[in-house]
Amino acid sequence: MVRMGRLAHGGTVLVTAAAGVARALRVPRRRRPGTGPDPRPARWQVVTVDRPPEQVLPQGRWPEPLRRLDGAVELCLRPAPGGRGTELAARQLAGRAALPGMAAHLVGDDPGLLIRETLRQAKQYVETGEVLRPDRSRLDRPAVPG
Amino acid sequence: MRALCWEGAGELAVRQVPDPELRNAGDIIVRVRRSATCGADLPLLSGRTPFLAAGDVLGHEFLGEVVEVGAEVRGHRPGDRVVVCAAVACGSCWYCRQGLYASCDNGSPTAARAEAAWGQPTGGCFGHPAALGGFAGSHAEYARVPYADTGAFRVPEPLSDDRAVFASDAAPSGWMGAELGGVRPGDVVAVWGAGAVGQLTAQAARLRGADRVIVIDRHPERLGMAERHAGAETLHFEHTDVPAELRERSGGRGPDVCVEAVGTDAAAGRSLADRFGAGRAERPIAVREAVYTCRKGGTVVVLGTFAGFVDTFPLGAIMQKGLTVHGARQHGQRYIPRLLNMMARDQLATEHLATHRLPLEQGAGGYALFRDRADGCVRTVFTP
Repeated sequence: MVRMGRLAHGGTVLVTAAAGVARALRVPRRRRPGTGPDPRPARWQVVTVDRPPEQVLPQGRWPEPLRRLDGAVELCLRPAPGGRGTELAARQLAGRAALPGMAAHLVGDDPGLLIRETLRQAKQYVETGEVLRPDRSRLDRPAVPG
Repeated sequence: MRALCWEGAGELAVRQVPDPELRNAGDIIVRVRRSATCGADLPLLSGRTPFLAAGDVLGHEFLGEVVEVGAEVRGHRPGDRVVVCAAVACGSCWYCRQGLYASCDNGSPTAARAEAAWGQPTGGCFGHPAALGGFAGSHAEYARVPYADTGAFRVPEPLSDDRAVFASDAAPSGWMGAELGGVRPGDVVAVWGAGAVGQLTAQAARLRGADRVIVIDRHPERLGMAERHAGAETLHFEHTDVPAELRERSGGRGPDVCVEAVGTDAAAGRSLADRFGAGRAERPIAVREAVYTCRKGGTVVVLGTFAGFVDTFPLGAIMQKGLTVHGARQHGQRYIPRLLNMMARDQLATEHLATHRLPLEQGAGGYALFRDRADGCVRTVFTP
């Protein structure tokens, strides 16, 4: 689904809501016990991608690293001021509180961390064509006799 | 392959580690021919930096020969002799397009660490912990170079390895110091620190037409080099009142541009609390003196490596005197082609900075020389 909306600081935005198939793993936000569900919407996580909007979401398709959050987040984008490309924002869908699989487990009760990291990867993918991989760690390399 | 690994506070050893491999299509693998020590390594070596782990490979200033290229690499092929910028940057983001390569948005696969430490992600750096990408260092037989079309530069013949290796980090740092300071003809420039970066800042200030360049240190050998190779005046800070001397040598105004090229006190602080940020603050003695002595409306440039917080910083003087303060890790990709050209034409000499050339197996001893400034050591350069 694609709709028009507004970011908190004003300006017209194009909003692409999740229409995906994410499994419903519930990820609670940090709340005091007994206070019930948090009615506040999650904070937008935002990166600025140094490319025009049509390259960030070509034909409305999400870049690869974001697709794994399909169904769990909504996206907004708008042109960045000063010719700096596109502001790409994502936040957890209200009331859905779902992040997929192991990722949700790893970030515990702060899905914003995963969303932010995924946005960074999406930005990298659009700007450089791939996501920078770290050197292989000692843990995932074969041991070498020293 | 063999590599010089950090083993714990103050401990280094040559170990067998797995060879690096192409991880992205823009990577190259370089067989390292020269890899230099740097003052930025000393806080790592002393164990003051969080997240460095035993077995991590140090080193970020290097030159070598391309042995393998990724599928998307266009500018390099096996056999090329290249100097590699110490800063890892993508060349495609907004910051890179502004020439602010060390601030690259995409230069680190562990950007969240840098964001937590400094408020924003920064570019990566070889031989540093996760906040700067966690890339293995260059004190090894081979190194992986991400974004090689942006960060590796072919070295023109017959420029020597011993001169060109400093185009990786020290020379761009020094050049950037003079550029950020806006040094122009007629300026009086003071440089704290007569290490490689300080000396190259002095050379750059000279080349930009400064009237007087004054270098401050306490090691006579280094001060002698600054006089011979950069045409600088020198001050031994243990033998003179530096602020008074600088006032006198600048007509009572104070230097127009003050460049700090010292960095953190490498000898202090090895506790766990220090390593994880709860320990004592660093002591920015040279920065404090630079702020205090700089003329009103002048510029202070901070080139030294400060990982965290500092104490007793003269913020009031910055406001009262209307100073401009710049700080940056070097944006080497912006300067290296020009610096290599200047080196090839003998306008910029650097090989004298490599006071000690050692095989990798003598890495621990080489760092001890460098750390203690023993035997006139300015830089130890390893030949893996």
